[in-house]
Amino acid sequence: MSTVQNTAETKTVGSPPSGLSEFWFYFSRNKGAVIGLFVFLIILFVAVFAPFVAPHNPSAQNRELLLMPTIFQEGGSWGHILGTDAVGRDILSRLIYGARFSLFIGLVVVTLSVVSGVLIGLVAGYFRGKVDTFIMRIMDIILAFPSLLLALVLVAVLGPGLVNAMIAISLVNQPHFVRLTRAAVMTEKSKDYVVGSKVAGAGTMRLMFLTILPNCLAPLIVQATLAFSAAILDAAALGFLGMGAQPPTPEWGTMLAEAREFIQRAWWVVTFPGLAILITVLAINLMGDGLRDALDPKLKRS
Amino acid sequence: MLRFIFGRLAVLIPTFIGVSLIAFSFIRLLPGDPVMLMSGERVMSPERHTELMHQLGLDRPMYVQYFDYLGGLVTGDFGSSIVTKRPVLDDFLQLFPATLELALCAIIVAVLLGIPAGVLAAVKRGTWLDQSIMGVALIGYSMPIFWWGLLLIIFFSGYLGWTPVSGRISLMYFFPQVTGFMLIDSLISGQAGAFKSAVTYLILPTIVLATIPLAVIARQTRSAMLEVLGEDYVRTARAKGLSPFRVIGVHALRNAMIPVITTIGLQVGVLLAGAILTETIFSWPGIGKWMVDSVFKRDYAVVQGGLMLIAAVIMIVNLVVDLLYGWINPRIRH
Repeated sequence: MSTVQNTAETKTVGSPPSGLSEFWFYFSRNKGAVIGLFVFLIILFVAVFAPFVAPHNPSAQNRELLLMPTIFQEGGSWGHILGTDAVGRDILSRLIYGARFSLFIGLVVVTLSVVSGVLIGLVAGYFRGKVDTFIMRIMDIILAFPSLLLALVLVAVLGPGLVNAMIAISLVNQPHFVRLTRAAVMTEKSKDYVVGSKVAGAGTMRLMFLTILPNCLAPLIVQATLAFSAAILDAAALGFLGMGAQPPTPEWGTMLAEAREFIQRAWWVVTFPGLAILITVLAINLMGDGLRDALDPKLKRS
Repeated sequence: MLRFIFGRLAVLIPTFIGVSLIAFSFIRLLPGDPVMLMSGERVMSPERHTELMHQLGLDRPMYVQYFDYLGGLVTGDFGSSIVTKRPVLDDFLQLFPATLELALCAIIVAVLLGIPAGVLAAVKRGTWLDQSIMGVALIGYSMPIFWWGLLLIIFFSGYLGWTPVSGRISLMYFFPQVTGFMLIDSLISGQAGAFKSAVTYLILPTIVLATIPLAVIARQTRSAMLEVLGEDYVRTARAKGLSPFRVIGVHALRNAMIPVITTIGLQVGVLLAGAILTETIFSWPGIGKWMVDSVFKRDYAVVQGGLMLIAAVIMIVNLVVDLLYGWINPRIRH
């Protein structure tokens, strides 16, 4: 009898929400995060389907239409909605192709710095002792330099270009993941469930990667989102300083560097690449705030 | 407290050695050797090359060269520029006040606006005011500052014609540089209009450099205040009938300041990285522009020395912040 009643009761209450739907419940309560996600998906779509979305070839130069104004001004036309640059290339098409570079840079940098940072942090936090001290000293040394300066000098040594810029930015980003992983591993390691699985005979590898690591993911995901937007900003800054992607690549920072000399004559050449960077970074940061609300149990209760 | 200070200093030494190792090996990672870098495009006979290598002590074992370099650092010898032959330390000391003046103005603006904005947002939590302050802060946090600087130049220098585009002060004025801070020197000189000119040159770079620290401080202050406002002693203070102003200003803000001070200390690196971009946009003659120019001129001796000096500045500031923090909050000394 009682068992029947129990099942009836649980049915009315409903099964506990799955991890994903619980996550979405908290994430979607933050309106900004949902807007950010929406904008990010649009940028992602535009980047993936750039050849179909862009009205022109991003490197095609139209010698008759140099520095043509936008559609909102006199002299603009629907042919070039955001105008053309100093050599007559369509700005909108270059921005659309530029989205590919920025998202690609963000993805590569985050992957490189997360994978290396988590591995190193896991080793430091799990083994402690001399290994830990040695690793953390090296991280202190990297953090003693302003990140952009170190990236700039590294690129100067490796040679200017997009690939070297990505390597340099990953390297200066990585200590944050090392520190975060190490701190999380240290708190988790002494907990009962870890001791339990150790007693049950789990090996070091299993303890590190299957028992401890999955429980350290929440802060890492939030940090990865922040690193994604920081990577886009840093890569654009290096491009702007002439040490990132090289012209005629339609990378947003490089476009800004090329446009600098026209700031007094043609504001649109300067305005739109920067606006593209700002919107992309803002969308990702909005998502990051939502992720933190959804994943951080400390904030959930408030 | 003394124990705490020595503990921190002891950690600093290996970091300093590591930083010097990076700066030392950096030049040796480049293709070719320093002598070839110095000769540039000119052709050099192998005999002359060997002779120069010997003169500069570059034919000695690597570890001897490193200890020689480290010895130089300790006695204040940071090498000399390949291009101008001037000692790197002299150039650094001459240019650093410009960066320091800009950075100090930026951090003052960021603190004076950021803390009240964060407190206001926390007190009015959930209202349109909170949402707009945090919205603006997030935009500031996401800002590519090199573009933001260009936009301000387009609007204030180009369209309105209010502010100059580059430099530290109008070329009309000339006076001795006593402190290296243009604002103070122009006041000391007593020349009419000199101070006003220095302010108009400083204002846009300050806004640009303050943007990100301002946003970070406002966000951090809000979250620290929210945490403190939920504490029992704040409820007690309210229940005692203290004015809301006193509760927020004295009881809550004082305790919320501890994480905010850490955040302000962490902005030093952010400011120096931002100075690289800000100084490049506004042609501000500071160490950021100096480093970028040296990278482009391939003056690697300056890059090496500059890296070392900037890292030293950051380490010293971090140490001071750490000590201040230990002084304000005795719990962390142990």
